[in-house]
Amino acid sequence: MAALASWPAAAQFRVEVTGVGARQLPVTIASFRDQDKAGVAVSDIVRADLERSGLFRASPAGMALDERSIVALAEWRARGADALLAGSVTRLSDGRFDVRYKLWDAIKNEEVLGQSKVVPAGDLRLAAHRVADEVHQRLTGEPGVNATRIAYVLRSGRRFTLHVTDADGEGGQVAVASPEPIISPAWSPDGRRLAYVSFETQKAVVWVQDLGTGERRMVANFRGSNSAPAWSPDGTQLAVALSREGLTQLFTLPVAGGTPQRLTSSNSIDTEPVYSPDGRRIYFVSDRGGGPQIYRVAASGGDAERVSFAGSYNISPALSPDGRLLAYISRQGNAFRLMSMDLDGSAAGALTDTADDESPSFAPNGRLLVYATRAQGQDVLMTTTLDGKIKTRLLSSGADMREPAWGPYGR
Amino acid sequence: MQSRKWAALAAVVLAAGLAGCGSTKLAESQVQAPVETRTPLATGAGGGSAAAGTAASTSPTQPQSQVATVDLANTNPVAANAGSAAPGQRVVYFDYDSYVIKDEFKPLVDGHAKALASNRTRRVVIEGHTDERGGREYNLALGQKRAEAVLKSLELLGVPTQQVEAVSFGKERPAATGQDESTWARNRRAELKDR
Repeated sequence: MAALASWPAAAQFRVEVTGVGARQLPVTIASFRDQDKAGVAVSDIVRADLERSGLFRASPAGMALDERSIVALAEWRARGADALLAGSVTRLSDGRFDVRYKLWDAIKNEEVLGQSKVVPAGDLRLAAHRVADEVHQRLTGEPGVNATRIAYVLRSGRRFTLHVTDADGEGGQVAVASPEPIISPAWSPDGRRLAYVSFETQKAVVWVQDLGTGERRMVANFRGSNSAPAWSPDGTQLAVALSREGLTQLFTLPVAGGTPQRLTSSNSIDTEPVYSPDGRRIYFVSDRGGGPQIYRVAASGGDAERVSFAGSYNISPALSPDGRLLAYISRQGNAFRLMSMDLDGSAAGALTDTADDESPSFAPNGRLLVYATRAQGQDVLMTTTLDGKIKTRLLSSGADMREPAWGPYGR
Repeated sequence: MQSRKWAALAAVVLAAGLAGCGSTKLAESQVQAPVETRTPLATGAGGGSAAAGTAASTSPTQPQSQVATVDLANTNPVAANAGSAAPGQRVVYFDYDSYVIKDEFKPLVDGHAKALASNRTRRVVIEGHTDERGGREYNLALGQKRAEAVLKSLELLGVPTQQVEAVSFGKERPAATGQDESTWARNRRAELKDR
């Protein structure tokens, strides 16, 4: 198609789609007028965002359009577009930018969205993500997650940095830089704080840091190792794995500080706790049956119930926001693979064919997962749809990226 | 007139800050001016959208969700093994999936126990490590298990609990890098370090 030639030659945001979703809504996206003057390719970001969801198939308009254009929707429909998006980016006299767009539904033959967003230059990417989320919501009836954030750890030589980026891996900012490893970042439910494990004092200690101010404090620094923080849904408690009594066991403690309450008492390793979205249960990993398997226990304690059965090594549980799906890593032969299973008991399935998957984390709309894996000898981050059909690789600077955690709505 | 305009702008900015998103709906027929402030789409349905505003910047030119950077470079307070007069052998190696101290390393542990017994002010940290295979947190717990095995042996040899601490680095601090058995074997270890 000749229209393809109108995509920017070096598209900044390349979505590597490795499969084809069942049904994808065809949407035509015109380059936003004057976005080149703003230095942020807003419509390219929107296109990549929509493609990453797996729910859209984007195509270029192949002609100049903006939100003021008179559009012949019947013609766009005849060219295969269910929807058409056009807009502009205008620099205001105070230095901010006005991002305007309109979305037309070519099937219903009507304008369905028209918005203006006035933002400082530093929020142009965020504005683009919000446009994508609004288009996503309007066309699918479900919220998008493009304006959310992902935390991850970047390792470059002996320097470890805890990054916070947009959901597409761009626009990264550093929360902590350290000469020692950082692992297991976990977002507070309000999206303002991160709990994580830092080895800066030559042992694993759980810290909580306010992202806006940089204020940080130790919340678990007991004898032995302190790790695997997980926030309760109400944001008041952390579940952690502590080895203060020898074996690594689960405890809960108030985020504000206080005495840890022991949650599990086993003769084995209990670690990687994660709360169910309703806060009533804690899923975790234990090797009480020999190899590591996923169990669950009431958040108040009690007897644990085994959840994973297939295979000899199942770790790193992540629960979907509706509490119905469990994503985890399973060893299959020599490969560590991202799996998902329905908690109602149906069979588990692999979502990848890679060999070094780690650390799955659900997007807040439950439609995507981010996880770490290896590609071309490097630690990389990928997103996948829940059917495993659409995968995208988050942009990397060439350093190792690991330990992704998808943040909540709100920022 | 001018001041009314500024007041209106301030109201829009304030609304934008409170809502965490400065969206204005475009009029259907024309796009000359933003005519209506608008609550952003409820992308936060059931999520943390109510909290979004509190983190938002109040300055119109300040990007939202600015992250403050904490740089810990060169603040590391611990110098490992400085001026140590402890036994020279400091690393206990383990078999795959094993947390048992092999006979060949028992003299090493014995030597450390004696050194600790002869100087009650001496402190030792035992750092457990694993090879790179598997998850980070589970490996951290496995490394802890190796460190605890050494700690138990020292305690059985009469070393008081307060002189030793077992910690783990899991797979985070490999002694060697590579994807072969000899590399992995060098990484399955517990290191004894003076504090």
